[in-house]
Amino acid sequence: MSKLVVGMSKQGFKTLFPKADIIYLIILGLLLGVFLPMTLDIFRLNLVGKYLTYAFVAVGLVLCWGYGGILSLGQGVFFGLGGYCMAMFLKLESSNPEATKIQSTPGIPDFMDWNQITELPWFWEPFYSLPFTILAIILVPSIFAYIIAVAMFKRRVGGVYFAIITQAIASILTILIIGQQGYTGGVNGITDLRTLLGWDIRTDQAKYVLYYVNFICLMLCLLIAQFVRKSKLGRLLVAMRGREDRVRFSGYDVSSFKIFVFCLGAAFSAVGGAMFTLQVGFMSPSFVGIVPSIEMVIFCAVGGRLSIYGAVYGTLLVNWAKTSFSESFPELWLFAMGAMFIGVVMAFPSGLAGVYKKHIEPFIAAGWYGLKKPRPKSPPKITAPIPADNWTSREEVSP
Amino acid sequence: MNDKASAKDFVLAVEGLTVSFDGFKAVNDLSFYVEEGEIRVIIGPNGAGKTTVLDLICGKTKATSGSIKFRGRELTKMTEHAIVHSGVGRKFQNPSIYEDLTVFENLEISFPRGRSVAGALFFRRDAEVTQAVEEVAETIFLKDQLHTTAGLLSHGQKQWLEIGMLLIQKPDLLMLDEPVAGMSVAERKRTAELLNRITKGRSVVVIEHDMQFVEDIAHRVTVMHQGKTLSEGSMDRVKVDPKVVEVYLGH
Repeated sequence: MSKLVVGMSKQGFKTLFPKADIIYLIILGLLLGVFLPMTLDIFRLNLVGKYLTYAFVAVGLVLCWGYGGILSLGQGVFFGLGGYCMAMFLKLESSNPEATKIQSTPGIPDFMDWNQITELPWFWEPFYSLPFTILAIILVPSIFAYIIAVAMFKRRVGGVYFAIITQAIASILTILIIGQQGYTGGVNGITDLRTLLGWDIRTDQAKYVLYYVNFICLMLCLLIAQFVRKSKLGRLLVAMRGREDRVRFSGYDVSSFKIFVFCLGAAFSAVGGAMFTLQVGFMSPSFVGIVPSIEMVIFCAVGGRLSIYGAVYGTLLVNWAKTSFSESFPELWLFAMGAMFIGVVMAFPSGLAGVYKKHIEPFIAAGWYGLKKPRPKSPPKITAPIPADNWTSREEVSP
Repeated sequence: MNDKASAKDFVLAVEGLTVSFDGFKAVNDLSFYVEEGEIRVIIGPNGAGKTTVLDLICGKTKATSGSIKFRGRELTKMTEHAIVHSGVGRKFQNPSIYEDLTVFENLEISFPRGRSVAGALFFRRDAEVTQAVEEVAETIFLKDQLHTTAGLLSHGQKQWLEIGMLLIQKPDLLMLDEPVAGMSVAERKRTAELLNRITKGRSVVVIEHDMQFVEDIAHRVTVMHQGKTLSEGSMDRVKVDPKVVEVYLGH
């Protein structure tokens, strides 16, 4: 990736990063990397870090759903798989024979012992290795997504059917995890995670470090997403969303592009899941199922499903609302979220990013040009990419 | 008819083509041959199976039996994108363009390079692409609209844009499904000119209802009726064929 950016000409860089996008990225970077850490105490900052792990999913959904029109209601599956891979490593480390010597079988995770399992299952073995775990965090969910995507998209299953199938998969995986209590920790999940290669992840200092690791990973994902959406592949996704047949009869194998973007979304989600485990200290099936998966779609919709930056703000906003609202009225939260989703879909189909594009940006632009010398608007150059609002506004009419 | 001869003499050889939808034979034992550089127009009443023939050639519909050979290659067993790569371009009946993208981007996507996932990711808009796009845009009268969002074009301009999207692929065989449907008289004239210009050096199959337009462009005409060929030949000959007059031109 970096080699590629360096290898590109200035022109290429400008196409990839128009001025506005650089500004959005810097503002987001300053907010998350400087402003929030300086103003929030570590408890709140850790919460923000937790919210940001969902932003990985939301950014993946922008590419899949906003650009490619592939609505997945099962992103929790990939978030969960990534999180479980991380949790397995951490659990093995905290289940050393000394710490577990009161168990009937010392040296295996406590929940296995409770379930009368006397030997570590084979698929847990490789998770003693951190490099393997890091690979698995990306590869396991991506390969799983690849299998789903090949099975669906090669058969040209799409739209609502695809959404329902992903939802079914989320449900099946939850049932599987809960049912196989001895291997997965069941409904409680994998808990009591303590150290990463001997480094205690529960201290305040570790939480700061993990917050920044998370922040950097999110920025990297945003850069990758930016690269994809500004490439021809990004435009092809938009083209496919409306005219799949035209793309196919222009010589493209449509399914391969859908498979790619679905796997990319899954990989992003998985990184988010792993960071969640590290920052929150456990992983459980309640982050895998249908409800969290749909919540993640709502984060994306509120932020604006055509804006990768909007998706991050949307995630933060909804989660902040969720935390503050459910602190005072826990039982009302689900209704409030439902109302928010309906409200956003009805009033602002392009989410926060759409509101910004429509009402705030022209205002800022006017101020900006007012400060500088007034200059006539030059006609757009060929190399200039389409401003996103060109089609965010159109988006409101098309389904 | 042996296979070698059809491969050499004809760009497109359709033989015994049949497709059956739940027992209904939309195309029934159809055969026709298109020569190098020929403009073939398929006409016929509604439901005669004209669009289905194009669907079969471009791979959108799979044939029940029969063969379609394009420059000697059997198309019936190829995937849609492989058929496109072999040199067949198809325009749909309703203008099928990417409304959310600009005219430039519509043409750029159709430019035959970077058609794999990696190819599309690392595709660069270089001078070759820009030049090809500008040339085609000039041909299809959209040079001044390159940065207009395609959804904002008029109906006729959308039809031209889709024709342009085919042109930039440089297909050997161009298939057009009702290219002048819904166009004004002036637009039809320009389209006829456009087609006459762009069909030089390639073979074209056109479906059309507008008889004046058919007379303007057709080298040969195939009249279809109930999935079969009713008559074939020059427009002058077909026009006076009593069978054609009865089922199609009569009313």
